[in-house]
Order: sequence, then C-alpha cells, then structure tokens
Amino acid sequence: MTNIYRHIGRYTLMLVNVFTRPEKRKLYRKLIIDEIDKIGIQSLGIVALLALFMGAVVTLQTAANIDSGWIPKWTIGFTTRQTMILEFSSTIVCLILSGKVGSNIASEIGTMRITEQIDAMDIIGVNSASYLVLPKIIASIIIFPFLVIIAMACGITAGALIGTSTGVISLTDYEYGLTYSFEPFQVSYTLIKSVVFAFIITSVSSYHGYYTKGGALEVGQSSTRAVVYSIILIMISNYILTQLLLL
Amino acid sequence: MIQVKDISKSFESNDVLKNITIDFHPGKVNFIIGRSGSGKSVLTKCIVGLMEVNKGEILFDGRNFTAMDRWDRRGIRQEMGMLFQGSALFDSMTVEENVMFPLKMYSNMTKQEMQARVDFCLERVNLSGKNKLFPSEISGGMQKRTGIARAISMNPKYLFCDEPNSGLDPETAIVIDNLIKEITYEFNITTVVVSHDMNSVIEIGDFINFIYKGEMCWQGDRSQILRSDNDILNNFVFPSEFMKEIKDVLRRER
Ligand SMILES: Nc1ncnc2c1ncn2[C@@H]1O[C@H](COP(=O)(O)OP(=O)(O)OP(=O)(O)O)[C@@H](O)[C@H]1O
Ligand SMILES: [Mg+2]
Repeated sequence: MTNIYRHIGRYTLMLVNVFTRPEKRKLYRKLIIDEIDKIGIQSLGIVALLALFMGAVVTLQTAANIDSGWIPKWTIGFTTRQTMILEFSSTIVCLILSGKVGSNIASEIGTMRITEQIDAMDIIGVNSASYLVLPKIIASIIIFPFLVIIAMACGITAGALIGTSTGVISLTDYEYGLTYSFEPFQVSYTLIKSVVFAFIITSVSSYHGYYTKGGALEVGQSSTRAVVYSIILIMISNYILTQLLLL
Repeated sequence: MIQVKDISKSFESNDVLKNITIDFHPGKVNFIIGRSGSGKSVLTKCIVGLMEVNKGEILFDGRNFTAMDRWDRRGIRQEMGMLFQGSALFDSMTVEENVMFPLKMYSNMTKQEMQARVDFCLERVNLSGKNKLFPSEISGGMQKRTGIARAISMNPKYLFCDEPNSGLDPETAIVIDNLIKEITYEFNITTVVVSHDMNSVIEIGDFINFIYKGEMCWQGDRSQILRSDNDILNNFVFPSEFMKEIKDVLRRER
C-alpha cells in the first residue's frame, strides 16, 4: 500500500516539474510537431483498421440478434452508432494506443534514463522532465480527439458498407438508425474522454520511463508497467467520467 | 575553484562518503582516484548535484551550491560541462546536434554563430566532418570526444570527466588525456577527472585526491604520489610486484 502512495507522490512531483518553468517556447514547437507525428500520425493506420472491422462486426452481430421481427431494422444503425461513439472510439481505441504509444514512450525515456542521457540534460541545466514529457502530453491531447473522430467515421462507414452489401439492412434504415434520437453531447463526451485518456497514457508512461533504475531488463519492465497502469487508470476514469457526464 | 566541505553521503545503512573535504583548483587537472566501489562516482554526482549530500556543503567560487534550490542551481549548471562514463550522447541527435544542444537551450547566439561554435568545438576534438553522423555510427573514442565537445560548447568554468578513457586503447586514451589537459590550461577551467588509470594520473594530474572506502586517504601532486609513504596509496599505485620494484628504484633515486 505504501508503494501506491510513493508512486502517487513521485508522479505528482514529476508533473509539477513538467509544468513549472519549461524551456524556451520556440524549442517546444518542433518537439510537439515531432511527437504529433510519432504518437498520432503513425497510429492512424491501426486505429482506422480496428475501427473498420469493429464497425462491420457490430453491424453483423446486431443484425444476427434481431431476427425476431419485433425489433425494427434501423436498430442496427442505431446500435453501431452508439457502440462506436460511446465506447469503442474513445475507450477501446485508447486502450490499444496505450499498448502502442505507452510502451514506446516508457522505453524511450527509460533508455535515456539508464544511459545517463537524462542526467546529461540535467547537468546542462535543462528541465529534463519538462523537455521530455511536456511535448508528448500536449501532442497527444491535440491528436487523440482526431484519432477518435476518425475511428467513429471509419466504424460507422464500415457498418453501412457491410450492412448494405450483405443485405442485412438497407441504407435508408441504417441512416434512420444513425440519426435516431441522436444527442451531439455524446460526441463531446467521447472527445472529453479521449483527452483525459491521452493525458493518462502519456503522463503515466513517461513517469514509468523517467524513474527507471538499472539496465535494459528494467526498461522492459517499465514499459510493461506503463501499459498496465495506463489501462487500469483508463478503466477507472472511464467509469468516473461516464457517471459524471452521462447521468 | 570548487570547495567540497566535509560532505557525507549514505544510502540507507551504507555510508558511501565520509567527511570528504577537497579543493579543486582552476586551470588545473584535479584527479579523484580510488579503487572500484570506493565512492568516486557518487562523489562526482554529489558535486554536480545529481545526488543530494547528507551533510556538508559544496561551493562553486564561493557560491553555496548545496543550499540552492534546483532553479537557482541552473545558473551554475550552465557553467558546468560533464563527460559521462558512457558518453551519454543523445542518440536521437547527430554529433552536431548533440554539441549544439546546450547552445540552443541557453545561448542567445544566432544560427550562424552556433554553427561556428559547434565547428570550432568539433575541430578542437578532431571530429571535423563527422557533423551529420549519429552516435551509433561512430566509435567509442569518437563518442567520448563528442561528449567532450558537448561539455565544452558553452565555455564551461567547471569540467567533470568520469573515467574519460575507460574502454579505450592506450593511444586513444592518451589523445583524450592530452585534450583534457590542453583545454583546461587554454580556457582556465576547473577540471575534475575521475579515474583509476594510473597512466593518465601520472601524465596529466596536477592535483590528486585518493579516496579509500569513502574516506579521503591521501592528497598531493603527481611527483609526490610516486614517493609517498602511505601504504594504502602505494598498494593502489604499485599493485604488482613489478610495479613495487619500480617504486624501490624511485625510492633509491630520492
Ligand atoms: N544509487 C545508488 N544507490 C545505492 N547505493 C549506491 C548507489 N550508487 C552507488 N552506490 C554504492 O556506493 C558505493 C560507491 O559506488 P561508486 O559508483 O561511487 O564507486 P566508484 O568508486 O565510482 O567505483 P568504479 O571505479 O567501479 O566506478 C558502492 O558500494 C555502491 O553500491
Ligand atoms: Mg564509477
């Protein structure tokens, strides 16, 4: 239990360092653009791919389950929309990104720690926590919502394509389902979640990398831990945010 | 001048440094020597503030570094250069970007001025033309020299070198030693070298501090080290029978 308090303490301390007295603004612009590329653009493919298949599967599954005739066809479009917007695009996509982005960040920063590159920065007088972590946090907060929007679009489109091409639903029914009792706030809810998850993934992973001790083995452990902790925190905050925002 | 006053450092129950007092002199190559595990690296890390001391203080030209918070320390940090044992080059940056990094962060130079300074530093360590290579593409000795170039790019007043020639062949080691000596004299730097390489100690050491099991055991210059009566020091300097014979010859000459 004391372990958890120590983690929370050090994590908070790191965040304080990240946000106090950063280096020159001008330097950060290039770093942030680099990170947007690394964290965001390079994850585009996997996010789109997952969303396409997920949209298709949800559509087919719903179709298979409403064979009774009591339930109208447009429910398929409705269900695909709700699934994609409410949970898949933010939570599931971010869980997957925590594996890809989180382990990447933790091992990058962890390697810099064990090869004394972070000490070298500190000696130069650079606020290493801020220099290394802040661009990643900002970049992910900027780019994650875009990834989420792309995931929504891909999923819903794939649902329409598969639904109509396999003949389980007509395009008109699907469209009716998509717009049925649509609340724009649900999109905001998902975008808010994605920003929170972006912060969790980058800051938690950076934390585990930044406090790595030892050698290559420990870098591996840090990156595993980064992913596990990110996932746990995402799930907890998903629950809290849903209660706060939707009820 | 760096004054280390009566510092102690322990990890849990392990007392690594005990009441160490040293003066490091400007324009001189000051050595810290000692057996493996005697606390040399810990001492260096305490001096530069990568570790906090439990007791005592460290003054940089009269400025109490120990009492400063981390933001005030940044001012003094910018006057320091450090060569790490493993070079610690930023491996996402080229040789040139590594050397330019401190300038980008803290100087008000224009791009051309920075480039000129980088070229000068690389020239100084015989690495002209290697600007665009990455650390993984150059040899260990070149990495050390890049590390030195980065350490001197901001014109430091204090230079720290942790085992600058460990893992290098004897000839390259001498090149690095001489480089350290030359820039120390040329720019009047207070240089601190950690080493257990007796060759470089005799070659370039102006002041030598011998640490034994975390305590200051012997201090002196390089002519004194060969003629000392301190048994612990002698065992370190002349570890083999062959070396002991050399010692006896030196004795007789005296
Ligand atoms: N971060 C740390 N935590 C706990 N103990 C440490 C730490 N760093 C060093 N020590 C201990 O301090 C002692 C001195 O270590 P140090 O690295 O200073 O030796 P050294 O003189 O530099 O040796 P070498 O010549 O092999 O580099 C060792 O017993 C080591 O176990
Ligand atoms: Mg050492």
